[in-house]
Amino acid sequence: MLIYIAKRVLVALPTLLIVSILVFSLQKLLPGDPVLALAGEERDPATLELLREKYHLNEPFVMQYLRWFGGVLTGDFGVSLRTGQPVLELIAQKLPVTIQLALMSMGFALLIGIPAGIIAAVRKGTAIDWLANIVALSGLSIPNFWLGIMLILFVSVKLGWLPASGYESPFVDPLRSLQTMIMPAFVLGSGLAATLMRHTRSAMLGVLSADYIRTARAKGLDGREVVMVHALRNALLPVVTLTALLFGELLAGAVLTEQIFTIPGFGKLIVDAVFNRDYAVVQGVVLCTAVGFLVMNLVADVLYVLLNPRMRSAL
Amino acid sequence: MDQPVLSVEGLSIAFKSGREWRGVVRDMSFTVAPGETVALVGESGSGKSVTSLAIMGLLDRRQSRPTGSVLMNGTELLNLPEPAMRQIRGNQVAMIFQEPMTSLNPVFTVGRQIGEALDRQGAMSREQVRSEVLRLMERVRIPNAATRIDEYPHQFSGGMRQRVMIAMALASRPRLLIADEPTTALDVTIQGQILDLIKELQQETGMAVLFITHDMGVVAEIADRTVVMYRGDCVETGATETVFARPEHPYTAALLAAVPRLGSMQGAPLPRRFPRIDTTDGTIISEPPLQRQIDRKAMPVLSVRNLVTRFAVGADLLGRAKGHVHAVENVSFDLWQGETLSLVGESGCGKSTTGRSILRLIEPRSGEVTLDGFDVMELRGSALQRMRRAGQMIFQDPFSSLNPRMTIGQSVAEPILKHGIAKGREARALAADLLGQVGLDGSMFDRYPHEFSGGQRQRVAIARVLGLSPKLIVADESVSALDVSIKAQVCNLLMDLQDRLGIAYLFISHDMAVVERVSHRVAVMYLGEIVEIGPREAIFANPQHPYTRKLIAAVPIPDPARRGMRRAAAADELKSPIRPRGHVAPRREWRDLGAGHLVMQTG
Repeated sequence: MLIYIAKRVLVALPTLLIVSILVFSLQKLLPGDPVLALAGEERDPATLELLREKYHLNEPFVMQYLRWFGGVLTGDFGVSLRTGQPVLELIAQKLPVTIQLALMSMGFALLIGIPAGIIAAVRKGTAIDWLANIVALSGLSIPNFWLGIMLILFVSVKLGWLPASGYESPFVDPLRSLQTMIMPAFVLGSGLAATLMRHTRSAMLGVLSADYIRTARAKGLDGREVVMVHALRNALLPVVTLTALLFGELLAGAVLTEQIFTIPGFGKLIVDAVFNRDYAVVQGVVLCTAVGFLVMNLVADVLYVLLNPRMRSAL
Repeated sequence: MDQPVLSVEGLSIAFKSGREWRGVVRDMSFTVAPGETVALVGESGSGKSVTSLAIMGLLDRRQSRPTGSVLMNGTELLNLPEPAMRQIRGNQVAMIFQEPMTSLNPVFTVGRQIGEALDRQGAMSREQVRSEVLRLMERVRIPNAATRIDEYPHQFSGGMRQRVMIAMALASRPRLLIADEPTTALDVTIQGQILDLIKELQQETGMAVLFITHDMGVVAEIADRTVVMYRGDCVETGATETVFARPEHPYTAALLAAVPRLGSMQGAPLPRRFPRIDTTDGTIISEPPLQRQIDRKAMPVLSVRNLVTRFAVGADLLGRAKGHVHAVENVSFDLWQGETLSLVGESGCGKSTTGRSILRLIEPRSGEVTLDGFDVMELRGSALQRMRRAGQMIFQDPFSSLNPRMTIGQSVAEPILKHGIAKGREARALAADLLGQVGLDGSMFDRYPHEFSGGQRQRVAIARVLGLSPKLIVADESVSALDVSIKAQVCNLLMDLQDRLGIAYLFISHDMAVVERVSHRVAVMYLGEIVEIGPREAIFANPQHPYTRKLIAAVPIPDPARRGMRRAAAADELKSPIRPRGHVAPRREWRDLGAGHLVMQTG
């Protein structure tokens, strides 16, 4: 098992390297000069040159990359061109916010999606199945921002039940934190829940018609045991992989959701950084996101092996 | 006679198809007494499995409607509420299924799956369950039960999985065991072991067995009484001896006549067609004997020398294979025009890989193959394509080997067009003619494969290869998936074509009785090697290699007089042909018994 994990990490490393190169070069291709953004109205060539010198922007591309990546490896992501704050510090500030949002959204998605998928599969062809499918299709087709705005309008503005925006750390005021986060998490999680529901349903349907389910029933097990023990574990195998892939979608969705609910998280950080041509911040944030995504997929791979004994003995 | 364990009276079953209800079983009646074995026989689609599922209450209640009466120890099972039915399933009747590979849940250990059936009330302690599971595993004679209890199904072979299924069924101490084709998916030597096991357990426990099968040999060996089903009707019921000796219904007679019997070909050097049976009155019409003589002085159509095919398994950190499956190891033989050489052996012995390696559908590692003058191993590109005109292949599964989006006419015409044999209208006429040659109607040209039965599809597959006028056809288990009567027809078609066109067949099969009927010569394969090869008559009448003897002895004979016979074979498994990297195959010596009969020397 440890060897397996080591192998997967070894495979992940080159991926990370490629991502870092892409991240670094992609933004060199972006239009706009950070020095111009930084200098503001000042267009004095000498000042610009001085700024370039300061941030090593006049060195060859490869040198710039190596300087940056070397720093990253030692924990130095550089400083924000705009505020002068170290990038690592910015990330450390914003990351917990987005992690909380991501975890809560994923929680919503799993809690709604998987049970709904199971019920729809078991009650295939009944009204419940139809209802679940219609809700899922709506969840997929309603854009996040619209759902977010509608929720703010009704729940916050009309009914005044929950705050429309803002953020509070769960370590400072857990209740308040939950209140501010519950709507964004629901908005972000609803689309994923729909995807998960559709996949759980089809995986479950496949498994329920398998020979070993017939065996379990012939043994005299009751319906709940057959579905929850024998069928579910097999049906969850593809769902585990899917969940890890959905994590990417979740991060992309977080950018928009954080804007709508004005949550000071990763999403806001990256949007601001892109508009300000704050290279170091964009690089740091994207690299962090990529690492997070790789880690999620690694976890999924390991989980998959743990759930599936056939994979275990193939190691 | 005792009060029957199971009594089925006037059972009819209808399935929902669209808005209508379609009857699939009509008015079935039979009983099973304690300690008795009753066989339910019939061909695919006769309703035998549906009947057993109805007894177990395992049919989807929304899609099916059983009527009549099923009494289990006096309790009416039809329309029994699900909780009560669960009690019956857990305690009085247990079932084992055809596919041991898919009938066990892959994510739980076998110990847990057996234990589940044991302790449904949760009244036993964990240690009690475990020791009882061990006892059951030993009872079904799984070697090293104590270590295997925590293994997963994929670590067991097919035969061992079926033993696990039986252990699971025994856990609830059932009064009735329903066995739905339990040995059909198994190799013949393993089938013998499982049949013996069921007989032994029945003697020990006194349970009744309802045995569902299509194999008359198995019926003769195991059943006290036999119920014959035909297209949803019960056509005949009686003591097995009576049914075999004096079948009353013409269908039963036809079914029995179509069963190939091992040993029926003694003294006949040439293959022989199966007799034709009139299903309306059961009269048997013998077919004229085959005429074609083989000229073994001529050049062989196919000549194989020292063929070796291996597959890499596993990989270390550097990506090197940890070992190899020695699928085909040093195989050599010749095949002449108009001759059938059968490759026999059990699953995993390399017979299919041999067939595919010869046509380079799998890349062999070394060896020489000469097919109709082509040096097969040296061919590249278009020359390889031309070679494939001379050597064609027919596969086992007639359902998946035809493209469902092409009409059968298109399927048959495609190779003719691709190889530039004919074009346009001419190709169409040729394809229609080929369909006629395999006994299909030219009017079926524009229909799609799903409209055809398994036997008809296999005819289409034959027509498709005939278009290229091949010298050699590799028939890989081509009749194995077919019902007995259809199997006989397709074999007859193959023999007719050979008699007329002089095609050579490499007939790959595990079915010894069919092989005896169709072959001129036979080669027995074991773990990738040919252990015995020779004229069919010599191989069957005078088998020399221990494995050949074991294989022939394991074939069930449709003769009820042999009932109760035991093979006394140990519960063993086929050895594995996987060898570590760097393994050097041992040198083999063959003993020549004359007339081309060669036997590998053992030890």
